[in-house]
Amino acid sequence: MDQLFVVLKSSVVQLAGRWLPEGALPFVSMGLTIAAIAAAAPVIMMYLTWLERKIIARMQNRLGPNRVGLYGLAQPLADGLKMLIKEDIVPEGADRLVHSLAPVVAVVPALLVFAVLPFGRNMIAADLNVGLLYFLAVSSISSYAIFMGGWASRNKFSLLGAMRGVAQIISYEVPSVLSVVVVIMVAGTLSMGGIVEAQASRWFVFTPWGFVAALIFFLSGVAEVNRTPFDMPEAESEIVAGFHTEYSGMKFALWYMAEFLEAFAISAFTVTLFLGGWQGPAIPLWWVLFGSVCLVATARTIPSVLRVLGVVACVGSGVVAYLANEAVPSWAWFLAKTYGLVFVLVWFRGTLPRLRVDQLMGLAWKFFLPLTLINIASAALWVAMPGPSGGVLAGALLILSGWWLIRLNNPAPLQPRTYLFVE
Amino acid sequence: MIGIGVLKGLWVTLREFLGTYPAGRWLLTRLGASTGQGLFTIEYPEVKQQHAERHRVFPFLVYDASPDNLRCVACKICEQECPPQCIHIVGPAKDEQGRPLKAHGRTFPVKFDIDVSICMSCRICVDVCPFDAIEMDNAHELSGFDRFAEMVYTKEQLLKSNEYFQQIKPTEASVVDQRLAAKAAKTAMPPQPAASP
Amino acid sequence: MTEPLLDTQLLEVNLGPQHPSTHGVFRMQALLDGETIVKLKPVMGYLHRNHEQLGEGMTYIASFPFTDRLDYFCAMTNNLGLALAIEQLAGGIEVPERAQYIRVIMSELTRLVNHTAVIGFLLNDMGAFGTPLLYAFREREKILDLFEMASGSRMMCNYIRPGGVREDVPEGFLERASRIVAEYPRFLDEFEALLTQNEIIRQRAQHVGVLSKELAINASITGPMLRASGVDYDIRKVDGYGIYPRFAFRIPLGTVGDVYDRYYVRILEMRESVAILQQALKEIPPGPSISPKGLQLVKSPRTFRPPKGAEAYGRIESPKGELGFFLASDGSPQPYRYHVRAPSFINLTVLEDLCLGHKVADVIIILGSIDIVMGEVDR
Repeated sequence: MDQLFVVLKSSVVQLAGRWLPEGALPFVSMGLTIAAIAAAAPVIMMYLTWLERKIIARMQNRLGPNRVGLYGLAQPLADGLKMLIKEDIVPEGADRLVHSLAPVVAVVPALLVFAVLPFGRNMIAADLNVGLLYFLAVSSISSYAIFMGGWASRNKFSLLGAMRGVAQIISYEVPSVLSVVVVIMVAGTLSMGGIVEAQASRWFVFTPWGFVAALIFFLSGVAEVNRTPFDMPEAESEIVAGFHTEYSGMKFALWYMAEFLEAFAISAFTVTLFLGGWQGPAIPLWWVLFGSVCLVATARTIPSVLRVLGVVACVGSGVVAYLANEAVPSWAWFLAKTYGLVFVLVWFRGTLPRLRVDQLMGLAWKFFLPLTLINIASAALWVAMPGPSGGVLAGALLILSGWWLIRLNNPAPLQPRTYLFVE
Repeated sequence: MIGIGVLKGLWVTLREFLGTYPAGRWLLTRLGASTGQGLFTIEYPEVKQQHAERHRVFPFLVYDASPDNLRCVACKICEQECPPQCIHIVGPAKDEQGRPLKAHGRTFPVKFDIDVSICMSCRICVDVCPFDAIEMDNAHELSGFDRFAEMVYTKEQLLKSNEYFQQIKPTEASVVDQRLAAKAAKTAMPPQPAASP
Repeated sequence: MTEPLLDTQLLEVNLGPQHPSTHGVFRMQALLDGETIVKLKPVMGYLHRNHEQLGEGMTYIASFPFTDRLDYFCAMTNNLGLALAIEQLAGGIEVPERAQYIRVIMSELTRLVNHTAVIGFLLNDMGAFGTPLLYAFREREKILDLFEMASGSRMMCNYIRPGGVREDVPEGFLERASRIVAEYPRFLDEFEALLTQNEIIRQRAQHVGVLSKELAINASITGPMLRASGVDYDIRKVDGYGIYPRFAFRIPLGTVGDVYDRYYVRILEMRESVAILQQALKEIPPGPSISPKGLQLVKSPRTFRPPKGAEAYGRIESPKGELGFFLASDGSPQPYRYHVRAPSFINLTVLEDLCLGHKVADVIIILGSIDIVMGEVDR
């Protein structure tokens, strides 16, 4: 099970080898990978929208989409169809070329970052030796797209959104990059595969510097992909829809695709860099499969035919997995962790209001940036002094400096409020 | 401590999220936490909301026994008092000589139209009607595609039986029936009370 | 102000009339320096429906359904305001005891409805993805069910009449109301756990849109907005209309007068409303729900002809502030002059003073914290 996709791919390449010359095979292999990612990405995006709507609906005591298909599972398809047949509007006086180009510029880097993402053991499209650098470079292209879209729309709300977007992405790029430095220091490599393997004994998040870096990396990532509580560039209640106010139809869908893919990528990279990537405790696969039997069997909304089929499939594969002594495959671990973080993203969106522009910048420059710098020092301590004393020192340094930074910024919540009551 | 407020808020939404699933409710009760409010939406076309008995949407004309025995005498008070003026009455019906026609001892309207799209469901026509001839219906799925052909209800469309009224609003209908019975008894009583010893 | 280093240009933005968070069709012509507001001009009147002129063309009673549509969150209190004005105009119509209690219950339930919804909207303006709003609406729905039970309509109640209420509350209403009121503090606790201590909300709302005591009084601001600035003025206490003096309740006052105070004063007010409701639901006596004179008005509105030259101003503490109805009679069944003192409209007049120097994002939450309903502003 673990190497399912790897074996599948190599067998297809072997099959192709019967008809194709030897020299073409690497290209077939590459093409297969690209096709897999290009096909998976829209599906991921579509079902992220479904997932988000479902989770937020449940948080608000609603049901969420449930009209199209079972559990509303066909809703993304319906939405996509609607987007496709909607009129494509370009505002009068807008820069047509840039206006049309911007969503494409947004989607391409969002797809490109998947190249260096290790989905599982041996499941990485291109294990570049500068993988991390590649990710940081490619993901920051999205600021261009946002500014192009906002500028070319010839709309004041779009322009405001674009300006906010660029300022925000550039600001958060800094703590984001600096928080990754500690990973490079400890792992000693920029390759994503290497970083995952460096976490074999201990995930980086379970160290003081790793915890702080993971938090800052994830929150900066949330800010970079413009999601609540940092969704300033498209703040609906303030500037209508921000930089994509004037987009409709498929172009609008592309913006959304870029945003959701980046959100997925941020979760995936946080998992890779700090949460052990595709590694996980060796839980026997059949436990999970038999657990899912219970879930499927008790889900009353599924038609009984499907329920029986599902139970049979789960029991069958559970027996096979038990006999083969399989553990939960690495890609399943990776996806489980990533979707866990995606849930956190959606959870934020369902709970938190957004910050204001200046407060957002303040958070990046006055709190995250100094903390990442101190975090690098803390990681250096950790590396230089192996053993418990280094750990305690590094932890104490971080806690003290965090506390000091909060005091220094003196945010409003620290001031108490009083209310009078008159009879 | 900073951050506690955000975490508290996150816990509230997580609790409501878990509380909408049976397994989540079980988990929350095991943890000793409140289970939240659960799902509160209804799936509209399949499940319909139960409305209170007094729920009012649109007026209808009440008739007793047969549709020509309607209580309305075309006095036009409701037409006069209707705040958005959506009632249009032609009548009372007259013969060629201009004498009022009567059915079951009452005058009756020739035309009685109410415009659904103008009516604001205020119930003032019911309050002012001295004959209890007009009452509020609670059917609310009144959409249509044609502004005038479908949205202007004619007398024939407005007529509903007293049984229907009793069925949708039992309390109110029984009060009205008692009042009408008392009135009928009053008029049916001989004008000279001294006649019978 | 320091000399700008760059030659920058001011940006003129029209927030509205079609904008997700202007609470209806309202336009703010804003002049921006970057994100900072330099000048802001509120433009109203998109929802003008001639309410006062309409009222002058029909009987006194026929205006009641239109008052429902003034501030469509608080139909009951709007009815009450007009009913008080008409009672005054008639030289005092007696109101039975039970009707007085029903009026108080309905007014305070309306206050709960309005304040929960407003806080939900305010949080929506701050960017929370509908969650506080949906929680608020979930609770509001329960109270709207009560309104439907009593009056037959959820929002356009058209229920309170001069001399009492149109019809008595049905069987089971008081029990159901007691149950909902008893559960309300639990919801408020949950709501507060979600919002009050939230650092982001505090960052966003504290010291934003500060309304000073002096300005609030000079601009004749009323309602929770005035009390958040620390002025003790509540018409329920000042006028003591109806039977309010019988209930024990307190008036919460803010100290700073910013958006956060306006939010929190509303929460505290809801808790006081719950206290009033609990007392009223316990003490409500049996009896008639409308006096004979009132019933006559309901049955035949055209018989009500106040003497020529009579004038009356009835005012109440509506959830948004002082709601007043001015009526002048010329002896006909229609009022000669009918005027509404709409709290939303008058509270909105200070918008520019509150917004100057703040960011675009603040304008939205300041507008949200003023608590306007365009139906009432434009009338």
